[in-house]
Amino acid sequence: MIRTLVVAAALALAFSAHAQKTVKIGVILPYSGQFADGAKQLDDAIKLYVKQHGDTVAGKKLEFVRKDTGGIAPAVAKRLAQELVVRDKVDILAGFLLTPNAMAAGDVSAEAKKFMVVMNAATSIITTKSPYMARTSLTTPQLNESLGTWAVKKAGIKSIYTMVSDYGPGHDAEQAFTAAFKVAGGTVFGSVRFPTANPDFAAFVQRAKDQNPEALYVWVPGGAQPAALGKALAERGIDARKTKVLGQLELADESARKAMGDVAIGIITAAHYDPNHDSKLNHEYVKAYNELAGRNPNFFATGGYDGMHLIYAALKKTKGKTDGASLIAAAKGMKWESPRGPVSIDPETRDIIQTVYIQRVEKVGGELKNVEIDKIPNVKDPVKEKMQK
Amino acid sequence: MASANGYLREKIRWRALELVFWPATLLPFVVTPDYLSLASQIAITALFALSLDLILGYAGIVSLGHAAYFGTGAYTAGLLAKHYWSEPLAGLLVAGVAAGLVGYATSHIIVRFRHLALIMLTLGIGLLLAEAANSASWLTGGADGLQGIRMSPLLDFKFDLYGKTAYAYSLAVLFLCFLLARRVIHSPFGLALRGIRENAARMPAIGAPSRAHLRKAYTIAAVMAGIAGALLTHTTSTVSLETLSFERSADVLVILILGGAGRLYGGIVGAIIYMVARDQFSGMNPQYWYFWIGLLLITVVMLLPNGILGGLGALYKKSQ
Repeated sequence: MIRTLVVAAALALAFSAHAQKTVKIGVILPYSGQFADGAKQLDDAIKLYVKQHGDTVAGKKLEFVRKDTGGIAPAVAKRLAQELVVRDKVDILAGFLLTPNAMAAGDVSAEAKKFMVVMNAATSIITTKSPYMARTSLTTPQLNESLGTWAVKKAGIKSIYTMVSDYGPGHDAEQAFTAAFKVAGGTVFGSVRFPTANPDFAAFVQRAKDQNPEALYVWVPGGAQPAALGKALAERGIDARKTKVLGQLELADESARKAMGDVAIGIITAAHYDPNHDSKLNHEYVKAYNELAGRNPNFFATGGYDGMHLIYAALKKTKGKTDGASLIAAAKGMKWESPRGPVSIDPETRDIIQTVYIQRVEKVGGELKNVEIDKIPNVKDPVKEKMQK
Repeated sequence: MASANGYLREKIRWRALELVFWPATLLPFVVTPDYLSLASQIAITALFALSLDLILGYAGIVSLGHAAYFGTGAYTAGLLAKHYWSEPLAGLLVAGVAAGLVGYATSHIIVRFRHLALIMLTLGIGLLLAEAANSASWLTGGADGLQGIRMSPLLDFKFDLYGKTAYAYSLAVLFLCFLLARRVIHSPFGLALRGIRENAARMPAIGAPSRAHLRKAYTIAAVMAGIAGALLTHTTSTVSLETLSFERSADVLVILILGGAGRLYGGIVGAIIYMVARDQFSGMNPQYWYFWIGLLLITVVMLLPNGILGGLGALYKKSQ
């Protein structure tokens, strides 16, 4: 009897000692449902980072608890965040592919004072939800305002016709691009919004073509739609090599280019990451990611990879202290070299500051690739910059 | 006991199992205090399933768009809390009334159709509302969800991280609505509904106004669904298009069929089993857990075609 007690006590001691030596990270992503592929890419990057850098940071072992929201479901995301905090006792909340889910979990981060790293969701205001939140992906205005300014000042485009999907993210992109385009001196002479689900682009593209525009700005959600749009452009005789077609990176990412084929040549996109980026770090990263996941990393993956870097670096800086205040203080102003180039966390807004690349689809060695034609360094989220002024 | 009155009185008597069940719903406070947020969302889903049961189980109105009323309640509660009045109880009433109005308006179309046409109609109404909310992003926040909801405490109790207030609130509202549903079902009106379900042509022949009865039932169900939606808004401070989505309509139908339609406790039992299973399976394997949910559904439907409660009821009768 006594022996059992002693063993039990020893076990309990060992367990509590063990508990103090771990850092628990709760990862909330839409692992199932229509956004599952993005979640998989991001999660693979998390796994890659842990594989490369070991699962021990500042003397503490990392432990991951993964939770599925099944898609856009803020009520579920909030409950999962609550449960991660009160039941699983996680120290850090991470993941977040989708804006509504990130916003809902932000409340929990603020209330429980937990460090939260948003690895993808791109609506500008998300980071205002909690003072303990940082973001390692992008904001929609960051890319689109940069593109709008660039289009006038560098590409010499004077007038443009805009076409976007008729829902929140599309409106955001349109607004950001148009505002910057006008400020730089360009005119938007026409605009149209597509229905969000399964649109038939032909009629819209024809209407745009009838106006004989100098350039088109397009925003559609990633997935199947860029390819459908590219096809409609080709059918209606709009050649991206003659009429400039501008958009955000999803319009010409790897899957979109594959589906579009040569029609994609000439499309210009603003991106914060492309696997074709030329740096030693990125080549190694692309190679390692391919070994683990069997495909090239995209922006989902890189948001996750840099998110993990931020967590590791912040933990090292706090020497393993895991309270929200210490971690966010450590994260503010953190600078590092990412596969996408130099990045840092804005100490004021806790949002990422990064280079925006302007790239054009070209055929390189028989393969369609995004080729960087210009870059705009140190871009902050323009919306919050204006809010501060 | 031959009189109709006697029959109803016998029906409305509280059974021993019921007297065990309701006190047992308080157990999560003591036994699983870490699971109160989940318990709260189960109670909300149970209320939503109960409201569907009123029209599907008792009145025979098959609906694939019941989320329309849930979402109406959720958005009403959200908008009210954001712009005018953040106290939850009044929000609950207003949301119920708003959903009831939408329910009453649509009921005039609903009662004219049966079976397949009804499925298409309800599906259409659900999709219409979801798309309307999506395009009215100036009002609803569109795909990003309605932001900036701050709930005041409920009678001095703050909505806490553990979900204590949330569960107590959801459970209390579920219980009150359950009492109401129980009363409705075991009234002459409830009997008339079942009559319509069994033979829609015959009821008017014996002098029962079928369409008026169905409209009334449909409106009551819409009010309850709206209240459930408002509860979700209040306990999570979020509203998104998902509250109006087809998935939510389909889920609640599955839950009701799983538990047993046409039985007061069917929705509640279905909600408990479905949501606990979801939570456990998705915790074990966040990527492929739908496989196990599918397996569970197939097994239950094959072995117990009338749902879990239907199956248990049959077993009980056999043993007698």
